[in-house]
Amino acid sequence: MARATTREFMLGEGSGTGSGAQTLQVGVGPAHPAMHGIIRILAELDGEIISRADVEIGYLHRAFEKECEVGGWNNAIPYTDRLNYVSPLINNFGYASAVEKLLGIDVTERCKYIRVIMSEISRICDHLTCIGASAMELGAFTVFLYMIKAREFLWELVEDVTGARLTISYGRVGGVKADLPEGFGERVRKAFKETREVLDEVHRLLTGLRIFMDRMVGVGALSREETRAYAITGPMLRAAGVAYDVRRAQPYYVYDRLDFEIPTQKDGDNYSRYLVRMAEMEQSMRIVEQALAALPGGPINVDFEGRPIDPASYVDQGKQGKTEGLLLVPLTLSPNLQGQNRSVYERVNAPDKRVVLPPKETTYGSIEGLMNHFMLIMEGYGIRPPRGEAYFAVEGANGELGFYVVSDGTDRPYRVRCRPPCLPPLAALHRMIEGEMVADLIPTFGSVNMIGGELDR
Amino acid sequence: MDGSAILERLRDRFGTRIVETHDFRGDHTAVVDRPALPDVLRACRDDAELGFDVLMDLTAVDYSRYPGREDGPRFEVVYHLYSLAWNHRLRVKVRVEEDDAVVPTAVRLWPIANWFEREVWDMFGVRFEGHPDPRRLLMYEEFVGHPLRKDYPVSRRQPLIGPKV
Amino acid sequence: MGVGSFFAGKLDEAIGWARKYSIFQYPFVTACCGMEYMATACSHYDVDRFGAGLPRFSPRQADVLFVVGTISHKMAPVLKRVYDQMTEPKWVVAFGVCTCTGGFYDNYATVMGIDTIIPVDVYIPGCPPRPESVLDGLMKLQDKIAASTQRF
Repeated sequence: MARATTREFMLGEGSGTGSGAQTLQVGVGPAHPAMHGIIRILAELDGEIISRADVEIGYLHRAFEKECEVGGWNNAIPYTDRLNYVSPLINNFGYASAVEKLLGIDVTERCKYIRVIMSEISRICDHLTCIGASAMELGAFTVFLYMIKAREFLWELVEDVTGARLTISYGRVGGVKADLPEGFGERVRKAFKETREVLDEVHRLLTGLRIFMDRMVGVGALSREETRAYAITGPMLRAAGVAYDVRRAQPYYVYDRLDFEIPTQKDGDNYSRYLVRMAEMEQSMRIVEQALAALPGGPINVDFEGRPIDPASYVDQGKQGKTEGLLLVPLTLSPNLQGQNRSVYERVNAPDKRVVLPPKETTYGSIEGLMNHFMLIMEGYGIRPPRGEAYFAVEGANGELGFYVVSDGTDRPYRVRCRPPCLPPLAALHRMIEGEMVADLIPTFGSVNMIGGELDR
Repeated sequence: MDGSAILERLRDRFGTRIVETHDFRGDHTAVVDRPALPDVLRACRDDAELGFDVLMDLTAVDYSRYPGREDGPRFEVVYHLYSLAWNHRLRVKVRVEEDDAVVPTAVRLWPIANWFEREVWDMFGVRFEGHPDPRRLLMYEEFVGHPLRKDYPVSRRQPLIGPKV
Repeated sequence: MGVGSFFAGKLDEAIGWARKYSIFQYPFVTACCGMEYMATACSHYDVDRFGAGLPRFSPRQADVLFVVGTISHKMAPVLKRVYDQMTEPKWVVAFGVCTCTGGFYDNYATVMGIDTIIPVDVYIPGCPPRPESVLDGLMKLQDKIAASTQRF
């Protein structure tokens, strides 16, 4: 039958040419359980085979780039959280690094290690969510529950450091909000032990399973040349055999000092992408363990000298009636949130007065600190990078996450562009599903790991 | 290749059609004349020493409120190129006026340019000549205007349903 | 009439009790709040113990519409259509501050609160709300369902 033109396909006219069998147009999404977030795939079906597919995005466009132009340079950080919302720390640090590149400043060593640790924990959370959700869509609900359980343990770690589980706004231009809490290393060890157990169970449940392999092997394959031509990076490119990882190719922070592998596969189908993601989680855990061991300044102790009991335990003991001798216990309270006392704050933020807020003790304790704080916070003042532009790329969970920032010398960004790593795979999605059956759309879409916040910005 | 060697090679090949080059904060950038753009991009991709096989990003910037450039060409279309084989990067820019905001398409060189160019059309109103499918990417078709332009107020809503506020 | 309304009242209570403990939700998940929705639905913060653990992905089979995550103007007609397709009795939960009031996305693309389009029963603010907040909102919804006059 005559092939419908794009206009006919989109508007539905002329699709009945009256010459025998016709194709069926099915709209998958935007409100669909398997379309993570929202996206519409207009599939033209010939029986069970998708003969043509058109992917329509933009249902979660929240004007990230326009909103960044409205406030100051640090005001964009909460918006970057909500880009790739399953690994928000990576976006925070990518944006902060792009602005730091524009400013020409370098963060402290300890801050670099902390950024690496938190980025890798975020990356593990992202891969857990991706594999869990796509396994659930294939029917493996238990895998989803196990992976979300592991993700909860990691979110508890993130909450200890940043104060929030998901939208953390932890990065700042020039450093991070606060240092790691006390006992973090021990908690990481426990959480990783649980995570490794979960990964082991999932391997035993899925990796050799006949049903899983039948649905994923050879499905949604994209050749190496096409993957490159479509600018696809990240686990999808590595599953096609190209060992490109921004952490290795253009090392940033301290990745050049840490020892990790770049897992690759050969076939570029869904099963390879699954294997690459599972292997990357193990590598991320290795990176975190090495970074914790090499952290300069040692494990931090947020307690002050001579504080024998912390306020929460004091209150707990009072509630339980164990009050003997409590009145005699000296108790000093920190005026700051954990990790923000002057000695530790200065270890994790760049020593640049034009960019980084002074610690609270200095702000409230000295006139220079007060003025410094004023010059950074009040409207019209603030961080003023030189006129120019910079592009900084970090390895997001889906590939190369790039931030292109243009500054006009004022305290507001002139243009912030986020190069979304999951847009190229979506542009190539129609190549992956045309010729496949309708049911193959689901695992293919799941292995792409589309995150709406990042795709539509 | 070193960044400055890349710019050198482009200047040797294209002479004055490379309007300006700079290297601010280590990002090597070449500003190109619009008629020369298809040749320059093709050379970037096909030249053995350059080998830019990945179009990392294609975006635009509206310079109408930039202090010092309000009267110059309004839009600047920016291409970020990367070479997997040589591991080097390049930024190529082309400047266009507001009333002549047309740029030759790069779809035939890198298929990903299809979606990137659709987004630039959607957000800025810069047309790409020869693009096979010039539709909006992120906004709905009924939307009037190009939101990332500096003269589009951030909270001007055009609701499809619901109250007109 | 007194005796009749006593029995009608008791029947209302019984049906309310049954309805509040068998919530079939339609999770209309769009954005980041979806991650906290998943966390609430899974083992740690189990929403199944409230009887609300079975999501129905068809509006015809669901009774509570959980609108989770930012609604943009492009998505708004889809939301309205899904809401219209649900059969009575139905309730709507606005999960996350983007659905309550638009959040901090005061721009050209975002609907500033879904109550401009569909009627909302319970608002759960937070960006994203902690699972404990979600469960609190769910319990408030259950109280509302139990206390309303049941139509059938």
